[in-house]
Amino acid sequence: MSSDRMTLRLKIWRQTDANSPGKLVQYTLNDVSKHMSFLEMLDVLNEDLIRKGERPVEFDSDCREGICGTCGMVINGMAHGPLDGTTVCQLHMRHFQDGDTITIEPWRSRAFPILRDLVVDRGSFDRIIAAGGYVSVDTGGAPDANSVPISKISVDSAMDAAACIACGACVAACPNGSAALFTAAKITHLSHLPQGQVERRERALNMVAQMDAEGFGNCSNHGECEAVCPKNISIRVIARMRREYLRGLVVR
Amino acid sequence: MKLDAKIPTGPIQQKWDSHRFNLKLISPANKRKYHIIVVGTGLAGASAAASLGELGYDVTVLCIQDSPRRAHSIAAQGGINAATNYANDGDSVWRLFYDTVKGGDFRAREANVYRLAQVSANIIDQCVAQGVPFAREYGGLLEMRSFGGTQVSRTFYARGQTGQQLLLGAYQALMRQVEKGKVTVHPRREMLDLVMVNGQARGIIVRNLITGELETYAGHAVVLATGGYGNVYYLSTNAINSNETAIWRCYKKGAAFANPCFTQIHPTCIPVSGAYQSKLTLMSESLRNDGRVWVPKNKGDKRPPLEIPEAERDYYLERKYPSFGNLVPRDIASRNAKDVCDAGRGVGETGLAVYLDFAETIEREGVEYVKDKYGNLFDMYERITGENGYVTPMRIYPAIHYTMGGLWVDYDLMSTIPGLFVLGEANFSDHGANRLGASALMQGLADGYFIIPYTIGNYLATTAATATATDSAEFTQALQEVKSRVGRLLSIRGKRTPRDFHREIGRVMWDHVGMARNERSLKHAIEELRRIRSEFWQDLLVPADEDLNKNLEFAGRVADYVELGELLALDALQRKESCGGHFREESQTPEGEALRDDENFTYAAAWEFAGENAMPTLHKEPLTFEHVPLTQRSYK
Repeated sequence: MSSDRMTLRLKIWRQTDANSPGKLVQYTLNDVSKHMSFLEMLDVLNEDLIRKGERPVEFDSDCREGICGTCGMVINGMAHGPLDGTTVCQLHMRHFQDGDTITIEPWRSRAFPILRDLVVDRGSFDRIIAAGGYVSVDTGGAPDANSVPISKISVDSAMDAAACIACGACVAACPNGSAALFTAAKITHLSHLPQGQVERRERALNMVAQMDAEGFGNCSNHGECEAVCPKNISIRVIARMRREYLRGLVVR
Repeated sequence: MKLDAKIPTGPIQQKWDSHRFNLKLISPANKRKYHIIVVGTGLAGASAAASLGELGYDVTVLCIQDSPRRAHSIAAQGGINAATNYANDGDSVWRLFYDTVKGGDFRAREANVYRLAQVSANIIDQCVAQGVPFAREYGGLLEMRSFGGTQVSRTFYARGQTGQQLLLGAYQALMRQVEKGKVTVHPRREMLDLVMVNGQARGIIVRNLITGELETYAGHAVVLATGGYGNVYYLSTNAINSNETAIWRCYKKGAAFANPCFTQIHPTCIPVSGAYQSKLTLMSESLRNDGRVWVPKNKGDKRPPLEIPEAERDYYLERKYPSFGNLVPRDIASRNAKDVCDAGRGVGETGLAVYLDFAETIEREGVEYVKDKYGNLFDMYERITGENGYVTPMRIYPAIHYTMGGLWVDYDLMSTIPGLFVLGEANFSDHGANRLGASALMQGLADGYFIIPYTIGNYLATTAATATATDSAEFTQALQEVKSRVGRLLSIRGKRTPRDFHREIGRVMWDHVGMARNERSLKHAIEELRRIRSEFWQDLLVPADEDLNKNLEFAGRVADYVELGELLALDALQRKESCGGHFREESQTPEGEALRDDENFTYAAAWEFAGENAMPTLHKEPLTFEHVPLTQRSYK
């Protein structure tokens, strides 16, 4: 076996559906290349399991280049694993050592019911956006794109927040299971732009109300969300959301 | 089957305007009586669904992902073209039209391309109004850049995440309609068949990917926006779930499939590192502006790159194309990389890579210059390969990236099945044999925001508003067919996993129907694919579970890929010319460049399904070029 091959002990959360109890199941995987991505390592495990007639570990992934937000798992207690600003699909096995034990769990939150193994239902995020995460313009009739100048600072701040991929790591990492970083990112994005001003008040009030209705916890400034965010979205957006919310309550 | 593109008469500049006037309308009060099914929520699907909901239609949207926001349009990095001429550099609708027809190597329909260029500026207006944070100048106006070698700056962008921001704009517009009750979204659904009633598309059968149940949806029209089929090559820059099943099922129900052999290969991807590889990652080709491509002069030279002296390196693009050098178009850069690797001069462990070297630029401009321009790409490269591109040259290799072919559509974006409309990458319409950079996003949004909302009304106005019941004989039969097909996949209980078959199909496609094709390789590929197909149905092993079972999903797609691959090879075989992304070795200039054959191949090849194991029927839609004169490309 060449030096870039490893043997790993995996402890993976297996659960049939939201209503059944789950448990950690242990697997040993040999001959893991350091050049594999984490998800490719799981692909290899699954191929083995299928051949043995066992049920593979179900997990979500799609683009595998860190932008669609589909994948996500808690690796050794860290959402998306140990690498800063990186989704699990871009995490590679060279960050692990031969003989390591790796614990893999799904996002855990009341508002993300487990569908199977590592697959969760994040429909609550869509409903938060539906509550006001948009500008109400129909197709057609938009004014010339250059008719309203927007300062570079505003648009850069908007873009910093708009980079959110809605993966849900923020919720998984938060001790309260709060979706504040996700919700605040959209409120912040639109509040920085002139197009977002007209509905600014209702947007903040309605999105926050929906976030609460979905069963997410409250934010108490732990900052875990910011630490695990693969897009490095700053917790400052939450401060801004609070101001937008207060403003919404007060300003008519 | 008769192909009627229904191109409006009159001067090209007025075709769309006069056509819009001639299209029948549905009164606002009646629109809600029409039910439209949209499959797919990328740029084309999300923008279409949102716009149709706004108009008052009753819209149902289905997507394969867990949220409509995750469709693979989200991964587009570079930008979106539009003929605004904000840069005051001579751009115009006519120039964008001209560049697109020429860039497509004269295998697209002029009238469609002109319309695309015409509505391009509206797209930017719409996206800005939605709050898409495009890059801006200090004065607050939009910033554009030149992209993919064009001589004007017409590409709008949002950092390296343009696709993401445009998709989120369309997704948010869609969710607004959901909130208003105009649109219903069903995520985690995969379309497995089309239901036709009296020869018209009236519904679909989908699999609920959580419960495994088959569901039926009826409507007055079906809009497919399910993307391309690049994953027929197994490894591509497409997402894991990007697939061809929806368009393939429609092909087998009678929708013509046009130009399947027009596939695009992107030259600057991170190379394959091992058999476990699940996808390929693209790096922006802007890297070629400052990086120099080379391989060792000598075959089998396995020294580390820094130990290979300058005199023993071959900067083959600079050598062969002195005027364009490292900036030759995508297909030429890709093919040359393949040639040097085939000659045994490839680098890295697999020998399937070439170097992209920034040493000279770093020495001339300083490392900060390179970091400023490409820092995020160097970071991405390091994340994936573990290598520092500032110190050792990057390794790159071409990968399948986009498919220009797709279901044939007329000017109204309707397929050969009445009531089945096809948008975005899933159709064949606008890019001809080769797509220009930053044009995919433009086409997806043009189709969804500004074309389908008009053209679908014309179709619906001629259709009875009576609803089709999902318990009709047609639905029952289609449902039964899908059920038995899924059952068959589960019952084989062989030894090989879907991934194993997919990998084998991909290898055949890449080796024999890849960057360069010839008659022998194509015939060989067809034989191989037939063999794999028969083995697949005898030796497939999928987990037995009928509910959430991703390997069962993959298996259904792989079953279709092996068939689609054969059609792709067949199309490549009949097209004995080289054009755009399709390079036939038999058709090249004495210098080894692609040679088009306009006399014999100026047509779109539309294939009609003729039954299992029967040779499909080829129909030709002749293409005429009245406005952009036919010329050969040269980059010497």
